[in-house]
Amino acid sequence: MLEAAGTPQEIEGRSLWRDARIRLFRNKAAVGSMIILGIITLMAIFAPMLSPFEYDQIDWGYIQEGPNWENGHIFGTDGNGRDLFIRILYGARVSLAVGLLATSVSLVIGVTYGAVAGYFGGKIDTIMMRFVDVLYSLPFMFFVIMLMVVFGRNIFLIFIALGAVEWLTMARIVRGQTLSIRRREFIEAAHATGVSNFKIIFRHVIPNVLGPVIVYMTLTIPQVILTESFLSFLGLGVQEPLTSWGVLISEGAKVIEASTWMLIYPATFLALTLFCFNFIGDGLRDALDPKDR
Amino acid sequence: MNAIGKKKAVPILSVRDLKVHFTLSGTGLFGKERKLKAVDGINFDLFPGETLGIVGESGCGKSTLGRAILQLIPPTDGQVIWLGRDIVGAPHSAMQPLRRDLQIIFQDPLASLNPRMTIGEIIAEPLVTHKADLGKEEIKARVKRMMARVGLLPQMINRYPHEFSGGQCQRIGIARAMILEPKLIICDEPVSALDVSIQAQIVNLLQELQREFDLSLIFISHDLSIVRHICHRILVLYLGNVMELADRDSIYAAPKHPYTKALISAVPIPDPEIERNKERIVLTGDLPSPTNPPSGCVFRTRCPFAKDVCATDIPTVDTINDHHQVACHFHERM
Repeated sequence: MLEAAGTPQEIEGRSLWRDARIRLFRNKAAVGSMIILGIITLMAIFAPMLSPFEYDQIDWGYIQEGPNWENGHIFGTDGNGRDLFIRILYGARVSLAVGLLATSVSLVIGVTYGAVAGYFGGKIDTIMMRFVDVLYSLPFMFFVIMLMVVFGRNIFLIFIALGAVEWLTMARIVRGQTLSIRRREFIEAAHATGVSNFKIIFRHVIPNVLGPVIVYMTLTIPQVILTESFLSFLGLGVQEPLTSWGVLISEGAKVIEASTWMLIYPATFLALTLFCFNFIGDGLRDALDPKDR
Repeated sequence: MNAIGKKKAVPILSVRDLKVHFTLSGTGLFGKERKLKAVDGINFDLFPGETLGIVGESGCGKSTLGRAILQLIPPTDGQVIWLGRDIVGAPHSAMQPLRRDLQIIFQDPLASLNPRMTIGEIIAEPLVTHKADLGKEEIKARVKRMMARVGLLPQMINRYPHEFSGGQCQRIGIARAMILEPKLIICDEPVSALDVSIQAQIVNLLQELQREFDLSLIFISHDLSIVRHICHRILVLYLGNVMELADRDSIYAAPKHPYTKALISAVPIPDPEIERNKERIVLTGDLPSPTNPPSGCVFRTRCPFAKDVCATDIPTVDTINDHHQVACHFHERM
């Protein structure tokens, strides 16, 4: 059985995560999306270095002028004479930050909550999931407007409001996944060994439900960005002179006949980002669950 | 390995009148709740170093019985006496130290291993849980020693379960069960999912380990040839009830229960001459629903020898001699 124990050094195994990563990097659309998204993110981070203008600097000579390479306003200026290019990059900061932070909040709360509800089942599950149903039934816009009225307009409120809503779906997804694996034999083996429930949830349940969670996460980010844009469009989002893609699109939409560039450029950035996230989500789904193709 | 000699010893495990009933919610709004009697009053003793085979067809409560002994499914009634102590309904804190002596091996080798963990982590989990004071190096050394013992190359320690074949996965499952050197392992159809050639290897491995560590095994199976090979005593279950409990030689030579007779006559013999001429008892019909078991003797609906008394009286488990018990009204005539 044991032929002289072979070579003594240990062989590295190929984890399912590593297999998934290899499959993901074979997906051209996903890789392309990651590159574009990476460029947009880097541009957002290094925004001040990329333009001679400040995002709130008014250039009195060029009010609502179209794109022009000679004066440096490559995407044109808005109605207040501010450079659109730098404003789009600052808008990217807000939109991407909202997307990532709100999604992380929803991830942490949703995964823990869903895994606990699904794992324990029975009455605990019923109570926990009915609570989710109740929160679901709250009208979201009403909730956000109330927050804004009570606490004033604040970017952190948007994070909280979006995170508080997004974790509900995450919790449902994780609960469903947990229900399907909690009767698996490796969970039973852990029980038989005497592993505590807490450790079973974090060591055995959550790593095995992360696949769908990651996929859902990449689809939540664009959803959150869209919602933030929608809130800003309604005037409930970020405060002037700070901006987001939603605000820029809203302003552009008002003057669509006179100056199309004010709508087209921010809308292109938003659409591109959403496309990228969706392609990455698609690629991740194929990579993490090759059977579902 | 004389099972009769072992009988004088103190049993390591005694199961007394063990019952596991599941409540099924009724159908429709006013449907009545029904009781599913998966295990309905089972008694047996298990001695140190002994292998007890539990046989029966699908749905007769074999696996439920195994899990009820480990308290993975809470028994409805009865006692499970482990080393002189009843563990039914014991709180989590009291069960925890006992779990290191009670282990289980599962039917589906791959499903019983967490796909996200390396096999080193899987095998080490019982150690990490029960002997937290051991250092990382010591744990790794023990895992490697156990891997070598069950016939796995120790340098495979960082591999993942999907990189192994079914037989190797079952060896990993055995290594996990053995790492704490338990006193009892419940083998829940450990070889049913494997090829015949691999089955023999796994069964032989279990026997070697049993001799080496003086293990007791409860071997759940529906394969009578393997049970005959590995078990010292055999318990025949039907619809959650004991039909017959006897030493291996006694039960194969002279089965006293019509159900056991039918099961044994169904085992193929690798000699076409004998196979063709042997008397075969074919049972008609299917296993009755355990939610609505037959009155009297549960086996009477399929029994070729059933009489009126079988429908009215539940047969008692009669002791024929020291190593043979049977639950049939007419066992003297069999």
